[in-house]
Amino acid sequence: MSRTGDEHGPLVDLGHERPQVPARARNLSPIVPRASISGRALVAVVAIMTFLASITTGAVLLVSASAAEWQSEVASEITIQVRPQTGRDLDRDAAAATEALRAQAGIIEVRPFSKDESAKLLEPWLGTGLSIEQLPVPRVIIARVQPGATPDLAALRARMMQVAPSASVDDHRAWIERMRSMTGATVFAGIGILALVIVATIISVSFATRGAMAANRPIVEVLHFVGAGDTYIANRFLRHFLRLGLEGGLIGGGVAMLGFGFSESIASWFSGTPVGDQFAALLGTFSLRPSGYLALAAQAVLIAAITAWASRRTLFATLDDIE
Amino acid sequence: MVRFENVGLRYGLGPEILRDLSFLIPAHSFQFLTGPSGAGKTSLLRLLFLSMRPTRGLVNLFGHDVSLLGKDQIADLRKRIGIVLQDFRLLDHMTTYENVALPFRVMGREESSYRREVIDLLKWVGLGERMDALPPVLSGGEKQRAAIARAVISRPQLLLADEPTGSVDPTLGRRLLRLFIELNKSGTAVIIATHDITLMDQYEARRLVLHQGRLHIYE
Repeated sequence: MSRTGDEHGPLVDLGHERPQVPARARNLSPIVPRASISGRALVAVVAIMTFLASITTGAVLLVSASAAEWQSEVASEITIQVRPQTGRDLDRDAAAATEALRAQAGIIEVRPFSKDESAKLLEPWLGTGLSIEQLPVPRVIIARVQPGATPDLAALRARMMQVAPSASVDDHRAWIERMRSMTGATVFAGIGILALVIVATIISVSFATRGAMAANRPIVEVLHFVGAGDTYIANRFLRHFLRLGLEGGLIGGGVAMLGFGFSESIASWFSGTPVGDQFAALLGTFSLRPSGYLALAAQAVLIAAITAWASRRTLFATLDDIE
Repeated sequence: MVRFENVGLRYGLGPEILRDLSFLIPAHSFQFLTGPSGAGKTSLLRLLFLSMRPTRGLVNLFGHDVSLLGKDQIADLRKRIGIVLQDFRLLDHMTTYENVALPFRVMGREESSYRREVIDLLKWVGLGERMDALPPVLSGGEKQRAAIARAVISRPQLLLADEPTGSVDPTLGRRLLRLFIELNKSGTAVIIATHDITLMDQYEARRLVLHQGRLHIYE
């Protein structure tokens, strides 16, 4: 006689008493009831964690993109400052420096600032109606570098020393370096926050899983009685936790994405205000690129996967203790 | 099928509650396990069901030394054993039908392949009208019958029953005994732990008597 579900006759013979099969007798109940796992708190925790992670990632992406933009703009310019010097004609020195710049290979555009333009630059600090003649205001010349070209700065400086000894050449390297380290620090801090969020998620999920297992211990014991292995039992729980993780990830990630989606509109409401202008100067239009949204969606899925993984790990550890 | 050699069991640092048990349970055999309360019947059943390991001695089940088995192998062996416990262990969120069908579900079988069998067995144990009832609304006797049905539905090679007729009237007790006998005739080795002398007198079978931790066998 076969034992495990192969062909065999009925265990009991009801003869003429054989009943009609009731329509309602069906396997409808899940083995682990959904209500037995206190999911709301876990969904809220995962949603909050995903939201925080998404805001962090989004902010890092915004800062990185803006910093890259600033860097490319600044790196494509050289600024020459010609300072007034006793015994020298500032206008002539500025003109000589402009000509020297134009002769330099790799420079595609040279724009000397006139006396009036230099006064305009100082307006925010010194106000209007000031006679610039009375002040030792240096002249600024902006040179645009051909993309991909690296002008010979040492030769340029030497040439400047000859034609205008008071001129200084600034390729903004120091500023770019500072910008680079600031961006690096921002990304590093973002990664640190993400790591903390992930650790907090794992801890929360582990506690929730332990709680669910404790609440469902009788079910686990019965499943052991009927010959279910740990993998079978763990999978019954795992699908709940994966669903909870996906729900939380969807809510947290979705809210964050909506937030970034609306951020451009929000930024436009504040435009013209001092705060709005500072933000615009720092982060541009405050809008994520499509690749940024993809990164946030991938992150939400990752957090749901981490929830499932942490749950699975705890499930097997707990099953070892339940006989 | 089952071989115990000098098996001893103690809980923690307490005294040995089972001592030097050596016996064989042949395939297709039928036996009652009896003895006074506290003699260790339930502990012996737990050893047989692999939910405990002996403190000493050798337990060999279906040709496997149980001390060498991993968790997955134990789970596989348990599929060949049916057990009825005194506290029934039914799942409260599942109907009677679903509780009885659970072993098949765990095996991964299609419901259509066993539905008729489960319903017939439920009718046989007198639960035909209670298939859709949840355990909390079943009486003690009904729960016991559901637990028995769940233990026998997959036709285990070894059936362990701890006081299986304790909560039912004598008529139903006889009917359940008949079910065990039928199961035994179809090839299952049966061990029924009971205090019920009347039940034992109804069927001529081997008796394993536990007394003060030792086992005496009356063929």
